[in-house]
Amino acid sequence: MAENSAMSVELVAVERRLWSGQATFVVAQTTEGEIGVLPGHEPVLGQLAEGGIVKVTTTDGDTVTAAVHGGFLSITGDKVSVLAESADLGEEIDIDAARRALSGEDEAERTRASARLRAAGHSV
Amino acid sequence: MAAQLRELRQKIRATKSIGKITKAMELIATSRISRAQARVQASRPYADEITDVLSALAGAASNLDDPLLTERENPRRAAVLVVTSDKGLCGGYNANVLRATEELLALLREQGKEPVIYVIGGKGVNYFRFRGREIAASWTGFSDQPHYENGAAAGEALVEAFLAGADDEGDRPGPDGVLGVDELHVVYTEFKSMLSQTPTARRVAPLEVEYSEETPETILPAYDFEPSAETLLRALLPKYINTRIFAALLESAASELAARRTAMKSASDNASELVDTYTRMANQARQAQITQEISEIVGGADALSGAGSDG
Repeated sequence: MAENSAMSVELVAVERRLWSGQATFVVAQTTEGEIGVLPGHEPVLGQLAEGGIVKVTTTDGDTVTAAVHGGFLSITGDKVSVLAESADLGEEIDIDAARRALSGEDEAERTRASARLRAAGHSV
Repeated sequence: MAAQLRELRQKIRATKSIGKITKAMELIATSRISRAQARVQASRPYADEITDVLSALAGAASNLDDPLLTERENPRRAAVLVVTSDKGLCGGYNANVLRATEELLALLREQGKEPVIYVIGGKGVNYFRFRGREIAASWTGFSDQPHYENGAAAGEALVEAFLAGADDEGDRPGPDGVLGVDELHVVYTEFKSMLSQTPTARRVAPLEVEYSEETPETILPAYDFEPSAETLLRALLPKYINTRIFAALLESAASELAARRTAMKSASDNASELVDTYTRMANQARQAQITQEISEIVGGADALSGAGSDG
C-alpha cells in the first residue's frame, strides 16, 4: 500500500505548467469516455475530449480542478501527465467572462466556457 | 560664428532626445527579455512530454505510414516558414534570418524543389512583397509576444498544405485539386545568449521521430490506447508540429528582444558619444567667439588710442 498510495501528476498546458504534485486519484474525459485513475493504473495513452474537465485529488485530500481543451493523457506506472492545448485551473477562471461566452455565437467557444464553469464548480 | 554655435546647440538637443528614446527602448527590451526567456522555459515541459508520448506511440503503432512521417518519393515543392519581427530597430536580426532563408531557398532550388514561402512578421512580408515575390500566406502582429494560437494557426495552414500535397502528380494538383507541398521547413532565430542569436533552418515535416536517448534498455510500458494508436498518432502529429512552430516563435521573440536591446544599447552609447563631441565643439566655438570679441575690442581700443596720439 505504502508505495502504491500516490502517483505524481503533471498538468501541463502548452504555455505553462499548471500544476504538478502527488495525488491519489485523477478523473479525466477522453474521447472514448470518462476515465478514473488510481495509483498503479496500467499504462494508458488517451486523447482528451474537447471541453472536458480534469479532477485531481491530492495526497492532502484537496481537489484540483481544471478545464482542459483538447490534448492527451498519458499514464505510465506511477506518473500521470495531462497535456492540454489550453487549460485553466478552476480557481483562476473568470466566471463572468465564461458566462458571457456561454451565450456567444461560437460553438467551440461555448464548449470551452461550459467546461470552465463546471471546473469552477458552477452548474451550467 | 554665432550661427555655428546655435547649430551645434540644436544638434546637442536633438541627439539628447534621440538618446532618451533609444535608452527607453533598450530598457523596455531588457525587461521583456527575461519574460520571453521565462516563456521559453515554461513551454518546455509540454514539449518534453509530447516528445515522450510521441516516442511511445511510434514504438507501439504497428504501421508508421502516417503521411506526416513518410518521406515522399519525388518531392517537388517545399514550404518554407520564415519567422521575422513586426518592427525594425533590432539591428541585423531580420537581415540575418532573411539571409538564412535565401540560402535555404537556393539550396531547395538546387535540389529541384520549388519553394513556397510562408511568412510570420511584418518585416518579412515587406521584404518579399518589395521584391515582388509570391507569399503563400502570412501572419503578423504578435512577433514579440507570440501565443500558442498564433503558432497553431500557422501550423494548421502548413499541415493542411502538406497533406494536400500527398496526391500531387509532379507540378499538377492531384485529385483533390489543391496544389500542396511535399516538405515543411522553418527558418527562425535561435536564442543562444543575450549576445548571440543564430538563424536556424529546420525541417519539420516529414518528421523524423526523435527517440529520447536516455536509457534505451528500459522496456517501454505496454500502453493501452484510447482510441487506437493510429488514430492517436494522426491526432498527435499535427499538434507536435504546432508545438515545434510555437517553440520557434518563442525563441525568435526572445532573440528579437535581445537583438533590439543590443542595437538600442549601441545607439544610446553612440548618442552620448555624439553629445560629448558636439558639446566640445560648441565650447570651442563659444571660446573662439569670445576670443574674437576680445581681440576686436582690444583692436578697436588700440586703433582709437592710436588715432588720439596722432591727433
